[in-house]
Amino acid sequence: MSDNPGFTPNEMMTIAASRALRNDDVCFVGIGAPSAACNVARLTHAPDITLIYESGTIGTAPDVLPLSIGDGELCETAVTTVAVPEMFRYWLQGGRISIGFLGAAQLDKFGNINTTVIGDYLHPKTRLPGGGGAPEIATSSKEIYITMAQSKRGMVEKIDFFTSFGHGEGGDHRKRLGIDTAGPTLLITDLAIWKPDPVTKEFTVVSLHPGVTRQQVQESCGWVVKFAEALDETPAPSELELTTLRDLQARTKAAHEGTGKAKAA
Amino acid sequence: MVKFLPLKQAVAENLNDGDSVAFEGFTHLIPTAAAHEAIRQGFRDLTLIRMTPDLIYDQMIGMGMAKKIIFSYVGNPGVGLLRRARDSIENGFPRAIEVEEHSHAGMANAYEAGAAGLPCAVFRGYRGAGLAAVNPNIKSVTCPFTGEVLAAVPSIRPDVTFIHAQKADKKGNVLVEGIIGIQKEAVLAAKRAVVTVEEVVDNFDDLHPNLTVLPRWTIAAISVVPGGSHPSYAHGYYARDNAAYLEWDEIAADREKFQAWMQANVFEKNAGDFAGRVEHLRKAA
Repeated sequence: MSDNPGFTPNEMMTIAASRALRNDDVCFVGIGAPSAACNVARLTHAPDITLIYESGTIGTAPDVLPLSIGDGELCETAVTTVAVPEMFRYWLQGGRISIGFLGAAQLDKFGNINTTVIGDYLHPKTRLPGGGGAPEIATSSKEIYITMAQSKRGMVEKIDFFTSFGHGEGGDHRKRLGIDTAGPTLLITDLAIWKPDPVTKEFTVVSLHPGVTRQQVQESCGWVVKFAEALDETPAPSELELTTLRDLQARTKAAHEGTGKAKAA
Repeated sequence: MVKFLPLKQAVAENLNDGDSVAFEGFTHLIPTAAAHEAIRQGFRDLTLIRMTPDLIYDQMIGMGMAKKIIFSYVGNPGVGLLRRARDSIENGFPRAIEVEEHSHAGMANAYEAGAAGLPCAVFRGYRGAGLAAVNPNIKSVTCPFTGEVLAAVPSIRPDVTFIHAQKADKKGNVLVEGIIGIQKEAVLAAKRAVVTVEEVVDNFDDLHPNLTVLPRWTIAAISVVPGGSHPSYAHGYYARDNAAYLEWDEIAADREKFQAWMQANVFEKNAGDFAGRVEHLRKAA
């Protein structure tokens, strides 16, 4: 990677993820990296995208990124806010979500996600927060996008717990369980864009971000990485994309620190 | 019939050792003041039910009040982990707790079924998910019409539910607005419900007809506690104290620091102290 490409790997990840979203998508937004990507999409090429957070806010347009999925601004800027049972029953289970956008603590090559425990479930080494909405987002959304920064700890051969189901053991495992949605169709990391092999469903690198080598992708991934024969280079962030993301993050930082400063005053 | 009571009395009259209790509020309107009052009164062996245990259950678990926790997301939203809950689950400190873990969809459906007086909830969930293998309360039923296999979980019927809400009228009807979460279901699912409110107004004559109003006869007691949701928030009154959520991560990481914080901020304080905590979070209307 060149010394100074003018953007960070995380910025590239967020922007590449934002590009995958379409103006007519109805997107169930996970907190963290997915939330930033979804809002960059809304502020650039997809102004009419419907963003939904699990707190029941439908069609929200926050000025700053929420710290939690239930920050007040999500409700204030939403088209409507519904109760949590309605959110999960009518809108998610009802099949109205086109994209479920998830992050992951642990991910395997078939898009299965663990955010529950490291180690044994009953005697965990580390108790993580757990699934929240993810188990049903993963199976009721028409498609799943996943975004996370690469690391050997995070991208592993075998996850410790199936918080949410991706392609299971690969192949037609979803179908065998009676799950008729597409599951993970896209993985965007800080180094590359990955798509599942049409048959095996194993995530395969289809595009490297500018300046990233195959070796870097492999070194930060816990399974043997497959690369597509025709490997693309992800277009670098545009000026507009970068400015939009940085402004959003600056507003967010100021807003979240604000309450603390006032408190100290 | 609903009674307006000081919080101390409302908690004492409605919560008992060994109860199953829900302090609900989905990120918004978390009934912190009621939880702190329960902590001061030192209840034991509670089954704590909450979709997102949040800071209040981290505190109650850290004080050794829980024998069991039923939840769907045991994190500090947007920040990370709940470290007192972790210490209990990973190390049995200060006591081991039984864990019953669901997804949000599972909990939401279970509360709704509780409110509806049903024994269980049926929904399309947990497919391929590991929770079904570790939680014996996640079972399946087959639709008698289509043959589809669906998830079933027992309904949630707490002994008592605590919620925080924006306002009550003088008769004791309660308004909840903004992110309404699971408030209504949690109240209607419970044997008794206690509500803390920001304020009491003369009447609700000017309200939009479809707002979420809990009729007074669904509630056992109401306590007026301005700021009673802090560091969560009350839509229209004050914002979420995101900085406090960030600070909690550090406080809860250390057993002694946690105890010192509880002493200074819970045991040596009372419900009347909450109003001052949200002063800087009130928006200029």
